[in-house]
Amino acid sequence: MPSEIGAVHTNGDGGLNYLNNGHGLRSWLLTKDHKRIAILYLITVSIFFVIGGVFALLIRINLLSPSGLFEPDTYNRLFTAHGVIMVFFFLVPAVPAILGNFLLPIMIGAKDLAFPKINLLSWYCYIVGACFGLVAIIAGGVDTGWTFYTPYSTSFSNSNVLLVGIGIFIVGFSSILTGLNFIVTVHTMRAPGMTWFRLPLFIWAHYATALVIMLATPVLAITVALMAIERVAHVGIFDPSMGGDPVLFQHMFWFYSHPAVYIMVLPAMGVVSELIANMSRKNIFGYKFVAMSSLAIAVFGFLVWGHHLFVSTQSVYLGLIFSFLSYAVAIPSAIKVFNWTATLFKGSISYDTPMLYGLGFIGLFLIGGMTGLFTAALGLDVHITDTYFVIAHFHYVMVGGSLMGFLGGLHLWWGKMTGRNYPEYWARAAAVIQFVGFNLTFFPQFLLGYLGMPRRYASYPPEFQLLHVLSTAGATILGIGMLMTISYFIWSLKNGTRATPNPWGASGLEWHTSSPPPTENFLTTPIVTWEAYEFAPMETMDVLGYPGEPHTPAQPVHSEHGTED
Amino acid sequence: MALIETERDPARVEMHSHRHPRLVHHFESMEQQREAGTLGMWWFLLTEIMFFGGMFLAYTVYRHLYFDAFAAGSNVLNIWWGTFNTMVLIGSSLTMALAVFHAQTGNPRKVVIFLLATIVLGSVFLRVKYIEYNDKFVEHVFPAGDFRWPIVNESVRPNNIGDLLLMLVGAEHLNGAGPAEAVPEKPAINNASQTAEQAADPLMAGHVRMFFWIYFAMTGFHALHMIIGIGILLVLIVQTRRGKFSKEYHSYIELFGLYWHFVDIVWIFLFALLYLIDRHP
Ligand code: HEM
Ligand SMILES: [Cu+2]
Repeated sequence: MPSEIGAVHTNGDGGLNYLNNGHGLRSWLLTKDHKRIAILYLITVSIFFVIGGVFALLIRINLLSPSGLFEPDTYNRLFTAHGVIMVFFFLVPAVPAILGNFLLPIMIGAKDLAFPKINLLSWYCYIVGACFGLVAIIAGGVDTGWTFYTPYSTSFSNSNVLLVGIGIFIVGFSSILTGLNFIVTVHTMRAPGMTWFRLPLFIWAHYATALVIMLATPVLAITVALMAIERVAHVGIFDPSMGGDPVLFQHMFWFYSHPAVYIMVLPAMGVVSELIANMSRKNIFGYKFVAMSSLAIAVFGFLVWGHHLFVSTQSVYLGLIFSFLSYAVAIPSAIKVFNWTATLFKGSISYDTPMLYGLGFIGLFLIGGMTGLFTAALGLDVHITDTYFVIAHFHYVMVGGSLMGFLGGLHLWWGKMTGRNYPEYWARAAAVIQFVGFNLTFFPQFLLGYLGMPRRYASYPPEFQLLHVLSTAGATILGIGMLMTISYFIWSLKNGTRATPNPWGASGLEWHTSSPPPTENFLTTPIVTWEAYEFAPMETMDVLGYPGEPHTPAQPVHSEHGTED
Repeated sequence: MALIETERDPARVEMHSHRHPRLVHHFESMEQQREAGTLGMWWFLLTEIMFFGGMFLAYTVYRHLYFDAFAAGSNVLNIWWGTFNTMVLIGSSLTMALAVFHAQTGNPRKVVIFLLATIVLGSVFLRVKYIEYNDKFVEHVFPAGDFRWPIVNESVRPNNIGDLLLMLVGAEHLNGAGPAEAVPEKPAINNASQTAEQAADPLMAGHVRMFFWIYFAMTGFHALHMIIGIGILLVLIVQTRRGKFSKEYHSYIELFGLYWHFVDIVWIFLFALLYLIDRHP
């Protein structure tokens, strides 16, 4: 198959599809088609990723020299801008709003999400909120860190906390609306035969994510709203000098923001399940366990926020409970990883780009997860709290997890989304470069943190310089890898070969419609008669007959693995 | 790949000829469409619970920490206004329920009447809320700016139904009491619940201020929900008059009914927690 990806096919050529069904800016900005909205998200979220990445490089450049190149105040604003953009404007929407939006209805055989107008509204919320964020940065930025801890953020900071707060509040609604749409769609719009346990694991992951979004995001919304009001009116709810409690802010903030890491990483796990199944042509080992572990992660995710407060006023007993619960979350995550590896075992694995990202995900997430056990251990955490160890840990989880999942998914479904193939050779090269760059960036940060380098410092003792320089070198390599990916994706839009409907020989519904799909996803409502990930023999798949007519017997998609047509 | 047709076949796309005119393109049946709407509304209300939940958390924490101050603060709130508004809101829930009933039985004229009644009652609620807020400004217990505790400037407060109705129509002066500005500022403690040592305690003032801050945040967000609700009611009335709804298609009205009842229930909690608990009259 690898060499086939570049081959020219005629499918999807010349027909009416969601991309050419309507032209002009208006038809895009007012679209209610979930696929077009996904593309709008793809463009805007990518722009924010690039901006966030530029800030990351500025951070790393600053840390090249022990004395720091920028003023400490400037540095504070740099890492805050980086954190806010990456978390709220990139990681949270990346997989669900782009891949989820595009694929969720198609994968369950629906014509659209349940509430198309609300879906469009969610994109506008994203845009308006993100604009507030941008304006705040242009107007001088924020220096509080992305966690906005009070009372600094409410009483002392001389920066644009209010603007960013409003931005995050609005962006929060964008994700609530997306979550609402997902839940209702999965409940009410599955095609005939698409039972709950035939749902692709991607759908299970997004369903669990949507639950977390709906329960956690409103808490963030009210928290930033209270912060904003406190900042404007000095009402004192978080201000100790007025009897308020800054730790209350931390509780409320982490009640959202810990589950939020699952908002970021669960959808990526769904993507990885698809990657692994499709690229090793096997049903996921323990399908039900993987599906249920998504729900378990969603539930447990709400019970562990206190591990962010080990060093702020929490009693040892409470700390012990949160520590224990944090360990418990590792179980469902480990179930996933074990089942993926068991799936790979004896699979007919093809090392195409999506698979490289899938394997990258497993490796990096494993390191991120294992070091999470360090940070969840009560005593050890006191040593590593607010050091680079934590920075490295959450970059392994969030970048290694969400970003790898996102890129892997983007490669797997790029042909489906755009109708064009990306150049496989360059894509593999970029994936490998990113993997190397990533590890070179963040592995030294574990060491730095363990040796005592605190986070959020613009300068440091000279003995840390070597590790910082290595990290900056890694960041540069990572940045080059990212630039390659962005370039060949854009290049492929014009010059890529035409994508076929089912280049990977997969069984999900999204592969049973043209690439790119027509406006209503399928010409008629599909009837599902096969289990999830039923790969062979393809002849047993009875697909897409028109109701009232005898079903068209399905053609074997692949005579054998790895060949097309 | 024979099984995929990329060409869109109009004959096939439009083969569902018996679609209800209000059935949106991506749903298969009216039933599915309604189910989706209802489920969506319930989930939305769940997020609303979490949204208010943050403020209820703050309330619980500080009530626990500063019990005396919260009791003192809650005594400044006027229980007459609170009770009256609770009645008004329950009444509006009733008119809303009747509107839904008539929507289900296909009687658009009555739907309009009851939606209008709901608007009227909602507006009365907001008007009372405005009067109450205004009192707090005049008494300087609005938590931002010039907050003063103990109260030095008690404004006009209703003490019985008669006062209440007179004040509601803006005729409070008929009752003998002048408008708030006319009350001379007297540096006295005239709230029954404020003992002398409480009044002397500067910390107490800060904690009462916290109570009012929570009061304004919670009732403010609640009032915002009412204002949005009234806006939607206006749209629904126009749509009903234009004949958009019928016996088969009225889920907007039903769904809005859920929202309105939810806002009502939130108020009942607010009333109980802010006005009623631990009053020592
Ligand atoms: C080129 C790659 C990157 C580098 C070199 C980098 C570097 C850094 C550094 C040095 C910090 C710590 C600032 C401090 O606390 O002093 C930081 C914070 C952070 N980074 Fe990155 N980052 C990179 C990519 C990313 C990506 C891709 C994401 C998200 C997808 C991300 C998310 C975050 C977040 C959330 C923080 C926390 C900020 C805070 O705690 O205030 N980073 N990054
Ligand atoms: Cu956490």
